[in-house]
Amino acid sequence: MAGHTHESNKRIWIVLAILSIITAVEVGLGIVKPDALHLHGPGTSWLNWIFIILTLAKAYYIAWAFMHLEGEKKWFRRSIVWTGVFLICYLLFIVLLEGDYLYETLAPLIKW
Amino acid sequence: MEANIAVNSDNKETWSGGGVKPFGASYGKMMMWFFILSDALTFSGFLAAYGLTRFKFIDSWPIADEVFTHVPFFHGNYPMYYVAFMTFILIVSSVTMVLAVDAGHKMQQKKVALYMFVTIVFGLIFVGSQAWEWKTFIKGSYGAVKTTDNKIIQFVKNGEQIALADFVKDSRADGRVQHSRKNGLWFTNEATISQYSVAQVQEAFKNDPSLQVRSEKIDLATKKKIVLSREESLKQVAKAKLVVEGANLIDNEYGNPIFADFFFFITGFHGFHVFSGIVINIIIFFNVVLGTYEKRGHYEMVEKVGLYWHFVDLVWVFVFTFFYLV
Repeated sequence: MAGHTHESNKRIWIVLAILSIITAVEVGLGIVKPDALHLHGPGTSWLNWIFIILTLAKAYYIAWAFMHLEGEKKWFRRSIVWTGVFLICYLLFIVLLEGDYLYETLAPLIKW
Repeated sequence: MEANIAVNSDNKETWSGGGVKPFGASYGKMMMWFFILSDALTFSGFLAAYGLTRFKFIDSWPIADEVFTHVPFFHGNYPMYYVAFMTFILIVSSVTMVLAVDAGHKMQQKKVALYMFVTIVFGLIFVGSQAWEWKTFIKGSYGAVKTTDNKIIQFVKNGEQIALADFVKDSRADGRVQHSRKNGLWFTNEATISQYSVAQVQEAFKNDPSLQVRSEKIDLATKKKIVLSREESLKQVAKAKLVVEGANLIDNEYGNPIFADFFFFITGFHGFHVFSGIVINIIIFFNVVLGTYEKRGHYEMVEKVGLYWHFVDLVWVFVFTFFYLV
């Protein structure tokens, strides 16, 4: 908490710049949608992977710099981050796999 | 060493939990973090459910940058610019919140009040933008038709989607009026009726050979909605049972009904968080102005609402990605 007060202002502006640039890149890619990235990729498109990674980067900066997790005690930080990350990964694994199964099972039955 | 002793509330330190600070964090701050964790899991549940549904309908889900194409005061097709602006507003409001917390550490009452105020203003701009997004989404821009097998078909001319009003010339002529409790059966009413009748749209479509129909189905090789041939289009239009304009929880002109349901539910739940964040910020703003924290000797309360406010920003980053980008 204390001791960061002089350094922190500069860091805030840097983080703002990073977050703005990432958002601009995301929107740019979302509008242009280059075919090479949009139509190919493992599991989902490369473009989607880029969006997800950039989003996680943004989340990292918001949580670490703005919410000041970087200044908390290590195990307090871990009690929050590890719990959330583990449960969310678990949920996504089950639910998205199930969604794909539903598609494979039901899509052939839909008449277009 | 006294971590497991209940704190006596008579010592007027209820909100800080007394002097007990496990992990170096005060009681209030720690509980705010654990609340945020549980709230994050709630949002994850919603977004995961959205993901499941989207995977389930992967070959027919509406394409986001064809749905969200509007910017206030501008006509034309501007996919995502406005949402990007909203994202930027929220990030900037996070920065002013950090500056407020920082000023709090330095015990600068006036600066804290100023930055809190700016944060509130940015929050209001965001909520206003979201309300506008909802209005645009509900009103719709093209209109579509629902067929007897519950598929949404949209109208296309020269490869571009066109609105019903672009090819249906006359106004509604079948004399159909909205049924309400006042003028019909007292125990029932109905939603706003569409601008055109089904028969009118079918007639206009038949008369213009340059029109085609776009189905919900996506060509997975090009990731574009499939446009049907003129013959196929006529067959689909003959099956029309309902003219859909805009969106509600039952039908929407964009495609699958559950797409609009998730839009309303997830952005609505997030918008409600922003709204409550603004209310809490206003309360804390007044406490700052009244000198409550000056008397208390520290501005930790600003830090705690700051955490909540940043969390709202954090969630929006994910909503933005999974609703508008992916």
